Amino acid sequence: MNRYIVLRVISGLMIPIILIFAFYVQFHGEYSPGGGFQAGIVFTAAFVVYTLLYGLEAAQKAIPPEAAHALSAIGVLLFAAFGFASLFLGGNFLEYKVLLPNDQAGETFGIIGIELGVGITVAAVGLSLFYSFAGRRPDA
Amino acid sequence: MTEHLPALQVVIALTAAPLVMLLNRLPRLAWGVTLVTCWATFAVAVMLLLQVSDGSVIRYEMGGWAPPWGIEYRVDGANAWVLLIIGLVSAVVMPFARRSVDQEIPADRIGLFYSAFLLANAGLLGIAITADAFNIFVFFEISALASYALIAMGRDRRAVLASYQYLIMGTIGTTFLLIGIGFLYIMTGTLNLGDLAARLPEVTDTRTIRAAFAFIAVGISLKLALFPLHLWLPNAYSYAPSMVTVFLSATATKVAIYVLLRFVYTVFGFEFSFVELSMAWVLMPLALLGIVIPSLIAVFQDDVKRLLAYSSVAQVGYMILGISFASALGLMASVLHLFNHAITKAALFMAVGCLVYRLGGVSLARVAGAAERMPWTMAAFVVAGLSLIGVPLTAGFVTKWYLLQAALMEGFWPVAALLLATSLIAAVYMWKVVEAAYFRAPPEDAREVREAPLALLVPTWVLTGATIVFGVWAQFPIGAARNAADALLGVPQSW
Repeated sequence: MNRYIVLRVISGLMIPIILIFAFYVQFHGEYSPGGGFQAGIVFTAAFVVYTLLYGLEAAQKAIPPEAAHALSAIGVLLFAAFGFASLFLGGNFLEYKVLLPNDQAGETFGIIGIELGVGITVAAVGLSLFYSFAGRRPDA
Repeated sequence: MTEHLPALQVVIALTAAPLVMLLNRLPRLAWGVTLVTCWATFAVAVMLLLQVSDGSVIRYEMGGWAPPWGIEYRVDGANAWVLLIIGLVSAVVMPFARRSVDQEIPADRIGLFYSAFLLANAGLLGIAITADAFNIFVFFEISALASYALIAMGRDRRAVLASYQYLIMGTIGTTFLLIGIGFLYIMTGTLNLGDLAARLPEVTDTRTIRAAFAFIAVGISLKLALFPLHLWLPNAYSYAPSMVTVFLSATATKVAIYVLLRFVYTVFGFEFSFVELSMAWVLMPLALLGIVIPSLIAVFQDDVKRLLAYSSVAQVGYMILGISFASALGLMASVLHLFNHAITKAALFMAVGCLVYRLGGVSLARVAGAAERMPWTMAAFVVAGLSLIGVPLTAGFVTKWYLLQAALMEGFWPVAALLLATSLIAAVYMWKVVEAAYFRAPPEDAREVREAPLALLVPTWVLTGATIVFGVWAQFPIGAARNAADALLGVPQSW
C-alpha cells in the first residue's frame, strides 16, 4: 500500500468526507432529498473504498462482521422502538406526534429516530453483503 | 390495548425477528422467543376473529394517517379467517420445530433461521391484514425473501437451486402484481383498496384497467401456484427443511388466494371480474387441469414429500375451482378449504417431518416398513391422509361436500363427477405411501429407528386431531367461512 502515495493521500482526504456526507444525508433527509437508505449506502461506500485500498482485514478491524450483523438487527429494533413508544404514549403505531408535547416536534423527533434506525440497518446490511462477497475464497 | 390489535398482529413478529437474530448464539432462547411470539400472534388472531365474527369491520390507521393517504389495516371476516390460519399453523409448528430444526439446521444458524421464519410469518400476516395495495406488494416481498432464505437452508444441496427457482418465479409474480397496482394507481390516484373500489367504476372501461386486472391476476396466480404456473412449488416444498415445508404449505399459497379474492371481489368487483371479463371461464379449465394433472404426477412420485407437494398443487386447484363457480356457495367452499387444507396438509407434512427425523429421508424405499417402528407417526399420516382424500368425518370431506353442492347448483355435472374421480386419484397416491409403510419389509440396510419423540408427535397429533374435530364439529369453520364470504361479497347471504 505504501507504494501508491497518490491513492493513499486522496483516500485519506476522501474517506472522512464521504463519512461526514453520509451523516449529512442522514440528518438532513427530513428537509431535503436523502434519508436513511441513501445515508446508509454512502456510509458503506466509504468502507468499500477503504477495503479496496487497505484490505479486508483492516476494514474488519474497524467494524467486525459480527458487529455488522448485530447492527443490522439493532437498526430495525430502533425503528420498532419508536413505533411501540408512540403506541404506549397513546397514539397509533408509528404516530410520532405523541412522542413529544409539541405535535410538530414529536413528528420531527420520530422521523429522525426511525430514519436513524433505517440508516444503521442499511449501512450494516450493505457492509455485511460486501464482507461476504469480499471474503469469498476463489474455490469456496 | 384492544384497539391496537391490528397493528400488533404484524409488528410483534416483525419486531421479534431482529431480536431473535441477535440471539443467534443462544439457539434455545431464540427458539423460546419465537415460540412465545407465534403464540402471541395466534392469540391476537383469535381475538380479531372473535371481534369480527358478527360481521363488523375493524379499521386501524397506521401512524395516525387517515386513509386513503395513510396505510390502513382493515380486518373483516375474510382476512381475520386467513390471519387465524397463519396464526394457528405457526403456533402449532413452533413446538414441533425445536427438535426438527436442531437436527436439520447447523447450530450456528438456528437463530438466523428463526429470524427468517418470523419475517416470513410477519410478511404473510401483513399481506392478509393490510388494506393498501402497495403495502400488499411490500409484505409479499418480505415474506417471499424470507421464504427463499428458509428454503435454501434445506439439508439437500438442491435446496439452493429450488430456492433460486422460487426466487425467479416469485419475483416475476410480484413484479406483475406491482405493474398491475401501478396501472390502478395511474388511473385512480389511490392505493387504498376500499378507495380503489369506489373510484374504479368511473374508469373501468379502459384498456389500462383491463391490463391491470390481467397483470394482477397472473402475478398472484404465480404466487398461489395455479397450474400451469406451479413449477416452482414441488422443488421448493421437497427440499426445504421439514418445519418450513409445514409452514409454507399451510399458509403461503392460502394467503395468495386470499389476495386474489380480495382483488377480484372487493377491488374490481364481481360484475367486472366475472361478468365483463368472464374470469370463471379462464379459472375453471385451469383449476380442473390443475387438479387432474398434478394428482396424476403425484401418483408417480418416489419421494413422499414431493408427492405431497404435487398434491398441494392439486388442492390449490380445488380452491380455484370453488371461486370459478362464481357463486356464493362456491366462494364459501373455497374459503373453507383454505382452512381445512391448511390443517390437513400441515399435519401430513408434520408426519413426514417425524419420518425425516428418524429415517433421514422419505423416499418410498426408505419409508418401507416404517409403520411397525413408528406406529403413531404413520397413524397420523393415515388419518390426515383420509382428510386429504375427503373421507366422511374428516375436514377434507366437509369442503368436498360443499364444492360438490356448489358444482351441482350451477349444473356442472361433469365437474362434479371429476371431483369424485380426483378424490380416487388422491386415494391412489396416499395408498402408495401407506402400502410402503405398512405392508413392505424395511430395506436391508435400514437403521434401527424408534418412534419419533413426543416433541414432534404431539404437535403432529394436534393438527391430525383437528382434521377430525373440524370434520365432525364443522359449525365453527363453516360459520367463519360464511362470514368470510359475506365480507368478500359485501352483502350478507342467506345461507
